[in-house]
Amino acid sequence: MRSALRDPHRDAAIHSRRLAITLLMVVTALTVVGYRYYGLQIVDHQRYLTQSDRNRVRLEAIPPKRGLIFDRRGRLLASNIPSHRLSIVLERVDDLDELLAHLERLVGLDAHDLERFNERRVLRRPYDPVPLKLQLSDTEMARVGVNLHDLPGVAIEAQLTRHYPHGELFSHVVGYVGRINEQETARLDDSRYRGTLHVGKIGIEKRYESVLHGGVGAQNVEANAHGRVLRVVDKVPPTDGADLQLHIDLDLQRVAFEALGQQRGAIVAIDPRNGGILALVSNPGFDSNLFVNGISSKDYEALRTSVNSPLFNRAVQGQYPPGSTIKPMLGLAGLTLNLIEADSTVADPGWYQLAGDSRRYRDWILRIRGTGHAPEVDLRMAIAESCDVYYYDLAHRMGIERVAESLAPYGFGVLTTLDTTGEKAGILPNTDWKRQRLGEPWYPGETLSVGIGQGYMLATPLQLAQATMVLANRGTSFVPSLVKRVGESPNGAEVRPPLIAAEEHWRSIIEGMMDVVHDPRGTAAAIGTDLSYTMAGKTGTSQVIGIAQDDVYEETDIAEHHRNHGWFIAFAPVDKPRIAIVVLAENGGGSSAAYPVARKVMDAWLLDDANAGGAVDG
Amino acid sequence: MADYERALPNSHRDLGGSKTLSEWLHLDLMLLAPLLALMLGGLLVLYSASDADWQTVVGQGRNQLIGLAAMVLAAQFRVDTYRRWAPLLYGVGFFLLLAVPWVGVGAKGAQRWLNLGVVQFQPSELMKLAMPLMMAWWFSRYTIPPRLWPLLGSLMVILLPVVLIGIQPDLGTSLLVAVSGLIVLFLAGLSGWYIVAASLLGVASVWPAWHFVLKDYQRQRIITLLDPEADKLGAGWNIIQSKTAIGSGGWGGKGWLSGTQSHLDFLPESQTDFIIAVLAEEFGLQGVLLLLGLYLLVIMRGFWIGLHAQSGFARLLASAITFTFFVYVFVNMGMVAGILPVVGVPLPLVSFGGTSMVTLMLAFGVLMAISTEQRSLSA
Repeated sequence: MRSALRDPHRDAAIHSRRLAITLLMVVTALTVVGYRYYGLQIVDHQRYLTQSDRNRVRLEAIPPKRGLIFDRRGRLLASNIPSHRLSIVLERVDDLDELLAHLERLVGLDAHDLERFNERRVLRRPYDPVPLKLQLSDTEMARVGVNLHDLPGVAIEAQLTRHYPHGELFSHVVGYVGRINEQETARLDDSRYRGTLHVGKIGIEKRYESVLHGGVGAQNVEANAHGRVLRVVDKVPPTDGADLQLHIDLDLQRVAFEALGQQRGAIVAIDPRNGGILALVSNPGFDSNLFVNGISSKDYEALRTSVNSPLFNRAVQGQYPPGSTIKPMLGLAGLTLNLIEADSTVADPGWYQLAGDSRRYRDWILRIRGTGHAPEVDLRMAIAESCDVYYYDLAHRMGIERVAESLAPYGFGVLTTLDTTGEKAGILPNTDWKRQRLGEPWYPGETLSVGIGQGYMLATPLQLAQATMVLANRGTSFVPSLVKRVGESPNGAEVRPPLIAAEEHWRSIIEGMMDVVHDPRGTAAAIGTDLSYTMAGKTGTSQVIGIAQDDVYEETDIAEHHRNHGWFIAFAPVDKPRIAIVVLAENGGGSSAAYPVARKVMDAWLLDDANAGGAVDG
Repeated sequence: MADYERALPNSHRDLGGSKTLSEWLHLDLMLLAPLLALMLGGLLVLYSASDADWQTVVGQGRNQLIGLAAMVLAAQFRVDTYRRWAPLLYGVGFFLLLAVPWVGVGAKGAQRWLNLGVVQFQPSELMKLAMPLMMAWWFSRYTIPPRLWPLLGSLMVILLPVVLIGIQPDLGTSLLVAVSGLIVLFLAGLSGWYIVAASLLGVASVWPAWHFVLKDYQRQRIITLLDPEADKLGAGWNIIQSKTAIGSGGWGGKGWLSGTQSHLDFLPESQTDFIIAVLAEEFGLQGVLLLLGLYLLVIMRGFWIGLHAQSGFARLLASAITFTFFVYVFVNMGMVAGILPVVGVPLPLVSFGGTSMVTLMLAFGVLMAISTEQRSLSA
């Protein structure tokens, strides 16, 4: 068996033969390999080239900068502040649960974050970052930053977040933005909102969403396999959203808000020369910043269930009986229709009775004096002292149809189309309305109720502000507007059809309204002393619950939420009105809770020389 | 005596004049030239694959110098020395493999390394050289073609280390070691019937092997090979990205340092196992064919040395070493191009790494020793 026994030539021959076969195998195998590379590099070259470009270059959205919101003097009401958020590129994550657990230890994640994340995760493409935690603190950023190499797929993104420097003061005017939810994702144009997280939810933020948002930009970026951007290949910059300037004056808004204090209610101040809203308050408000990055359910529940309904925008959504505030308007209609004259009188025993009806319609003064305002009441006195009997009589003689027709030009019963959201239209009732809504005929007694702004009639503070503007302008009317300027272009005043009435009729009505404030017998005489300007106003009290006939209404007996609403409408200066105002004191008991507030706001506006000029500049 | 002394210098001149440096160092220039070309080309590709990192390139240059030194050293021994030491080398390698599970160091879920204090050392690397040596020794002792008992003995020689490496687990290396042993069997003239029977047995054992021998990750690699798209972000990622890199290179390539797939990190392991994809992306099919050509030169020269070797041992050893080298090339280029499973075999002489470089160059040193002996005897 030793090699000595072997035949070396035969061994070499075997080896040579086998080596030849081996060489054949080698050449065949290398040919196969070469052919494979030929297939990849020549035959399928184009396909792989495309794929490598797609690998390399990624289209990214550049969200635009949201437009800012300023007050009439250029002070910020809504701004954008830089913040950092933690996002995850799902494509690069091996074990999501483990990663989330790791992040939980680093920065803490609440159930809310995770819930949001899981909702969004489904909707995003695997290479798009999905936000997990918004508004990282500096400490949290540092913690994540230091550990970033251990956290594949995790990115810290810098972006701008909406901020409302005056939170509660403007919550009902400016509104707020919030994270785009699922319904909105379906509704919004995906191509315009790529890269955008927030959308206007209510108020100006929602109404002007399209101009505030701007146009999305895009860039082709070269990114590596970890999704990290290395180079921008080309770029279409975004169009930033347009800035808005409001008619509202920050100082006046603050005065109005503080004048209401603890009193629930609403204030609408309007510039009668163009319909611009100077102040719009609904008290209480809320901190709109809470909503920007998703309000916690605890905070939301607190706001939602509060007995004071802070989320409810009383100024445009609250519908209340306007009470006696409509008396000047009906008086003007009576004059125009020749049903009354400035010096015609009505006997006032303190109550009114329809023929063939035993029911007595009481005047509010009866409870106080036990009798009427005077044996005979004329128009001027009926307005100044808010005589109900005079208006029972007038309304009865007008009939409900003419009452409704004469109030319609002031804008009752229809939306003012103020540029905000959630506005309600109120109710201007007539026979058709009652038949359609309630399926019942109209009863004559109901006309009397409407005659003093009660019964079925409902109006929002905004509608009354618009009506007050019409009175201040002697008929000229504008569509109320919050926004004075969009970007560089002024948001021009929109004129409504004017209310035509004779000059002397206007004078009679306005004299009566001036007496309300300036005459000692006027219902708002308390604010008429030491006035350095002329003011025309009208008080109003509206019942929240029906009072049975001959029952005496006693404030102290009634639960706070059933107390009467107090109203006051006014404009000043009477000759050249620069402001018209409505104050609603919800359950304030009566107008005495409202007119002192109006006086404060008027003073703030008219006694500040800065507001004297620049009237119709918008 | 005087005549003899006088004749000696002349006779020396008759033998071919004074020795050249390469003769003196026992170098085979026909083998050395393509090896050096591959190494230099490798540095060029590595410079790009490492994103122009000089440290990596210098490190690999150092590996190459150590490899060359090892080669020169190995070329100095006589072939008979290798033959006598073969069983001992094999025995030591086998013993160290046995020791790995007890005293080895783990990395990436596998225990392959022995810590020798100064350096970490893979006994399986030693086995890559020891196996062909041992098998060539075996068949220098028995007649060829092998009869049954020597054949069964040689199968044990192959199987024991292969199993030990396979359970580390390191499927790639164990297959390479098995191939380096089996090729000796084939070259020794193993009967065609045995080969047919073994092939049938192999096919029949696919099912039990799939279910009982292969581990999950190994099965995954084979599934990935058959359908890389099935797991785009997991195991299939590497193959999709390397095919994209190769395919996007086209005929002329994207240019040195301009491969996007590798420079943007899409390509995994671009400095080691997948470095051929960098070359293919940046130098195109031209570069790939040039590389294949250089490898073919090495292989042809290796086989030429095997063909002209003086003893049965030297013939088998030279041819087996050369064939093993070919298998490296084939498996690596095949797996990166997606026609073979990913088994973690570096591209010889080009991939970054010290251990495989030294092992390879030692083997080429042995080839040169054989070549030297053949030249001196035939001269």
